[in-house]
Amino acid sequence: MELLLQQLFNGLTIGSVYALVALGLTLVYGILHIPNFAHGALYMVGGYITLIMMTEAGLHYILAMVVSICVVGLLSVLMERLVFYPLRHSPPIQDKVAAIGILLFLEALAQFIWGADYRQMSTPFGQVVEVFGLTLTLQRILIVFAAIAVMILLYWFLKKTFTGSTIIAMAQNREGAQLVGINTHKVAILTFFIAGALAAIGASLTSPINLVFPGMGHLVILKAFVIIIIGGMGSIPGAILGGYILGFTESLGATYLSADYKDIIAFVLLILILSIKPQGIFSKGGV
Amino acid sequence: MNILTNKKVIISLLIVLGIVFPFIIPNLYYLHIMTLAFIWTIAVYGLNLLAGYTGYLSLAHGGFFAIGAYVIGILTVKLEMGFWLSFLLAPLVTMFIGLIIGLFALRTKEHFFAIYTLCVGYIIYLVIDKWEGLTGGVRGLIGIPLPEAIGPISFQSPTAQYYLAFIIFLLVVAVIYRIVHSLTGRTFVAIRNSEDLALSLGISTKRNKLLAFVLSTFFAGLAGAMYAGFIRFIGPEIAYTTITFDLLTYMIVGGIGTFAGPIVGTFLIVIISQNLQFLQDYRMLIFGPLLTLLIIFSPRGIVGFIQMQLYQRKRKKQESLAYKNREEETNAGG
Repeated sequence: MELLLQQLFNGLTIGSVYALVALGLTLVYGILHIPNFAHGALYMVGGYITLIMMTEAGLHYILAMVVSICVVGLLSVLMERLVFYPLRHSPPIQDKVAAIGILLFLEALAQFIWGADYRQMSTPFGQVVEVFGLTLTLQRILIVFAAIAVMILLYWFLKKTFTGSTIIAMAQNREGAQLVGINTHKVAILTFFIAGALAAIGASLTSPINLVFPGMGHLVILKAFVIIIIGGMGSIPGAILGGYILGFTESLGATYLSADYKDIIAFVLLILILSIKPQGIFSKGGV
Repeated sequence: MNILTNKKVIISLLIVLGIVFPFIIPNLYYLHIMTLAFIWTIAVYGLNLLAGYTGYLSLAHGGFFAIGAYVIGILTVKLEMGFWLSFLLAPLVTMFIGLIIGLFALRTKEHFFAIYTLCVGYIIYLVIDKWEGLTGGVRGLIGIPLPEAIGPISFQSPTAQYYLAFIIFLLVVAVIYRIVHSLTGRTFVAIRNSEDLALSLGISTKRNKLLAFVLSTFFAGLAGAMYAGFIRFIGPEIAYTTITFDLLTYMIVGGIGTFAGPIVGTFLIVIISQNLQFLQDYRMLIFGPLLTLLIIFSPRGIVGFIQMQLYQRKRKKQESLAYKNREEETNAGG
C-alpha cells in the first residue's frame, strides 16, 4: 500500500513535468500545425541555463530559473522568426526537417559548450519531509505545486486576458483571427515564447531529480508527442490530462511490470492508439 | 541529346573512378571510408524512395537499418549459419517486419506518420538495447564472420570488400533507377503530389504506399546487413535516432526526391566529415544549420538546385531562340 502511494506520488511528479512540456508543444501545434521536434532541445537548454546560472553566476535556484525562462523563451522566438516563419507556406515535410536541423544543432552546441558529461543540479529544496507516512523530498513537492500553479496561470491567461484569447482565436481559425484584426505574427511570437518558457520551467524543475546532459530532451520530447497525440493535437486540457496519465502509467508500470522496459510503455501506448485511431483520440476531424 | 550523352559520360566516368579507386589511392583508411559511404548511400536510397518520392517522412529508418544488421548478426553468431544465407535472409526479414509495421503506420498521415515512426524507431532501439538474451544488450554482437569465398574470390582483403560493396551499390542504383522510372515510381510521385488526386485517378494509394514502405525497409535492411558484414561488430547505438538523422541529413543535403541526391549528399558529407575529424562529435554544429538553411533556401538540396539552374538556363535559351526566330520572321515578312 505504501509502495503504491509512493509510486502514485512519483507519477504525479513525472506527470507534472510531462504536462508542462506537452503544453508548450501543443500550443505551438495549435497555432502553426508544426510538430516542433526541436522542443526537446529547448528543454535541454533550459536545464543547462539554470545549472550554469547557479554554478557560474551563483544565482539562487529560483532566480536562475527565471533567467532560464527568459533565455529559452527568446531562443524559441528566434527559432520561429528565423526558421518557421520563412517556411510558413512550404509543404509540411520541410517544417519537420528544419526542426530536426535545429534539434541537432542545439544538441551539438550544448555538448560543445558544456561538455557531454552528466551533471547534477543542486537544489535548496533538498529536505526530506514526512507526509501521511510517505517520505518525500521538498523538491518533488515543489515540482507538483509549481507545475499546477503554472498551469492555472496559463489557463487564466488564455481564457481571461485579451492577449491570451488571441492565441485561442488563432488556434481555432487562422483566417478568422486575421479577419477580426488579430496580428497573427505577434501571436505566433508570443506562443513560441510561452512554449519555450514552459520547456525551461519543466527542465529546471526536474533537473535536480534527474541529471543535466545534452541528450536529456530525447525521451521527454518523444513522450510529449505521445501525450499530445493521446490528448488531441492542439488541445490544452488534453495535454495536461495526457501528461498525468502517462506519468502514472509509467511509475506504476516501472514498479509492477518491468523497470527495464518502463520507457517503452509510452511508445507502445501511442502505437496502439494510432493503430486503432490514426488521427489520435479526441481529434477534431481532419488535420 | 547533348545532356543525355553528357549524363552517360558522367556515369561511365564515375563507374571507372569507382573501379580504379583502390589503385589510385592505395590507402586502407580511405578504402574503409568509401566502402562505408556505399553502404550509407544504399540506406539513403531506401529513405529517399519513401520520403522523397512518396512523401512520407519515416523516422524509423535507422531502426530498420539496425534490424538488418542484427538479423545477420544473430543468424551468424548465435545460430552459426553461413554468411551468404544470412545475408540473403537479413533484408527479407527486415522487409517482413517492415510490412507488418507499415500496415499500421500507413494508416496515419503527415505529422502523425513522422511521430509514429519516430516512436517505432525508439522501440526498436530499446528492444535491441534491453533484450540481452537475443541481441547481447549494450555489449552488442562480436565476431560476425567474413563473407565466405565464392569459388576463387575470397573476401579477406579490404580491397575485395570494397569491390563487393561497390558491386552491390551499383546493383541497387540500377534497381532504384528502374523503380523510379517505372509506372510504380510515377505512382509514388503522384501520391506525394496529391494523395486525394491519386486516389481519384484509380490508384490504390494504400497498396502503393505499403510497397514504397516495404521497399524502403528492404534497402535499409540490406545496408544494415552489409554494415554488419563489413564492420563485424554491432552494438545498440546503430539503432539510435542519430543514425536516422544522419541518413536524413545525407538525403536532404543531396536532394530529397532526386535520383542523384543520395549519392551526392552521402559522399559529400562523408568526405567532409573525414576532413573535419577534429569536429567528430560536433559535426552537427555545421550540418544542423546546413540542414535547416538548405530546406529554407533550396528544399531539394544540391541536386535540386543544379537541376533548377540547368532548367532555367535551358528555358532562357529557348526563349531567346524563339525571340530570334520571330524577329527573323518579321524581318523576312517586312
